[in-house]
Amino acid sequence: MLNAVGREIPDEILEQTGKEPFQGNHYKDGVPFTKSGPTIIPVMNNEHSKLVKDLHEALVKCGAHDGMTISFHHHFRDGDLVVCMVMEEIHRMGLKNITICASSLGKAHNALVPMIEDGTITNIESSGVRGNIGKAISEGKLQGLAVMRSHGGRVRAIVTGETHVDIAFIGAPTCDDYGNCRGVGGKTDCGVLSYSYVDGNHADKCVAITDCLVPYPNYPPHISQTKIDYVCVVDAIGDPSKIATGAAKPTTDQRKLLMAEYCTQVVANTPYFKDGFSYQTGVGGASIASTISLTKIMEERGIKMGFGVGGLTKPMCDLLDNGLVRVLLDTQDFDLDAIKNVKNPNHHRISAGAYANPLNKGAFVNKLDYVILASLEVDIHFNCNVVVGSDGYITGAQGGHPDTAQGAKCTIVICPLLQGRIPAICTDVTTVTTPGESIDVVVTDYGVAVNPKRQDLLEALQKADCVPLKTIEELRDIAYSIVGEPQPVQFADRVVGIIEARDGTIMDVVRQVKPFAFKEN
Amino acid sequence: MRIKQPAVAGTLESSDCMVTVEPVERGSGISLEIDSVVIHQYGEAIRKTVLETLDRLDIADGYIRVNDKGALDCTIKARVECAAYRSNGQRSQLPWGGVIQ
Repeated sequence: MLNAVGREIPDEILEQTGKEPFQGNHYKDGVPFTKSGPTIIPVMNNEHSKLVKDLHEALVKCGAHDGMTISFHHHFRDGDLVVCMVMEEIHRMGLKNITICASSLGKAHNALVPMIEDGTITNIESSGVRGNIGKAISEGKLQGLAVMRSHGGRVRAIVTGETHVDIAFIGAPTCDDYGNCRGVGGKTDCGVLSYSYVDGNHADKCVAITDCLVPYPNYPPHISQTKIDYVCVVDAIGDPSKIATGAAKPTTDQRKLLMAEYCTQVVANTPYFKDGFSYQTGVGGASIASTISLTKIMEERGIKMGFGVGGLTKPMCDLLDNGLVRVLLDTQDFDLDAIKNVKNPNHHRISAGAYANPLNKGAFVNKLDYVILASLEVDIHFNCNVVVGSDGYITGAQGGHPDTAQGAKCTIVICPLLQGRIPAICTDVTTVTTPGESIDVVVTDYGVAVNPKRQDLLEALQKADCVPLKTIEELRDIAYSIVGEPQPVQFADRVVGIIEARDGTIMDVVRQVKPFAFKEN
Repeated sequence: MRIKQPAVAGTLESSDCMVTVEPVERGSGISLEIDSVVIHQYGEAIRKTVLETLDRLDIADGYIRVNDKGALDCTIKARVECAAYRSNGQRSQLPWGGVIQ
């Protein structure tokens, strides 16, 4: 069946998953639902100890079994040791058919590939998968389906009970013996534990794993003792050098600086740019450069930001330190400066659910004026692809892309026209991850295209005469005139993954890769 | 023109391609191998460019290997031409505007 972005969703996938095809951004708006709750085991006996001697004991006490669903957060990013540590113990115990529900998986988790191959792990739910796991899934090694969800979509899936987590494993930089977890302190400081709040609230069992046991009470906790069943102390939960790096140096790449300048001009000349505006940006070179150049215009015009939200970096924290933003709302820290900045009283931690869950009573993303995003591909329908590489392999993650794009009043995607020979502006993206209806402006090094449904923004930018305006088709034609028109990637038939829309409908499917074959002469 | 001895042109840098040519027996035709980082999108286009370039150079026999890192058509053409002339030991008096377009 064709969905609202024109993608064919096979009937057998709709049947197998019980899902509907994507119907448009507001399909579930105002539709009531009942939350799902966990089955918990209360602790009343004051002599009860939550400490276990190792992960094996934690797994046994939690009733680990074949076919269970376990969950993880990805605040330790490329330095994460928790996922592999838990999975290695599960592998040793010989458990099979495990579903992993992680907020994201990356190259820190390459060791899971043999467990996918031998049927220990049969289903993966994640924001996306980078590294060897993405390769394994694309090559058809996962028995079940990989489900790619946005950060808000993950919270929605757990809250509605679509995904029922049997055991959540929460890597905690500091924890006490009764389970009060904090994202700060210890050896593996990651600042916040935003992705784990929903696991704490909805998983049947929660195990805190820490390498820094602190005296009771570890207060104020980010995940409370009231959610935690067991506490397991291990040698190391992460590699600090890979959790967060120093702040990225401002880019000197002229192409990125040009796009940053266009982006800043778009923000500064659209109607939402006024005192109290809200803003989210990413970690790419052009995004960071754009935040820096926007700062100058804010100072010149005496405009301050109301709030900044999302994964944070040094340039956003500098705005707070310089009094240019009233509050920062933090779901993830990308560099050491952002982790340190959490101490600022106007730098607040929020949960991934408060940030982006489409089915709560209003997420922070709904209050965004501007979001600056990147994309691997954007097509002439303004659909974006941030998950599947142009070689057909799963290589990226949705993250908050679809959430913020839908929520923000002005969604700007920065994307160089060409990535090597691959045209980033194309007729049809390989896979749709964010629908074109969410995207308002596309900034490239060859000009800026405004979504025709946003005539208001187009008029404002025409009047300001601040950037070279092009239609999206013109941008595609420029790209094709340089590199030639690309052929679509040749996929095999089997569906290996689905791209879920924020509301749980199916945006697109990802098929198994197959070697390229030349046409017959 | 004939491929007289093995020759190479180009690099494995991004947006370049390395073209290797080797002689084969006369009359055995063109044997072409293409490896590309953009094979799905541009495999056919690369093959077409290489075969057209060889045809213009009037090369009927040879083993040609292209290791492409996302080169544009103009680059691929230039690397094939360069490798062909190197295989003939010709380094000057190149036919600019003739078979090299």
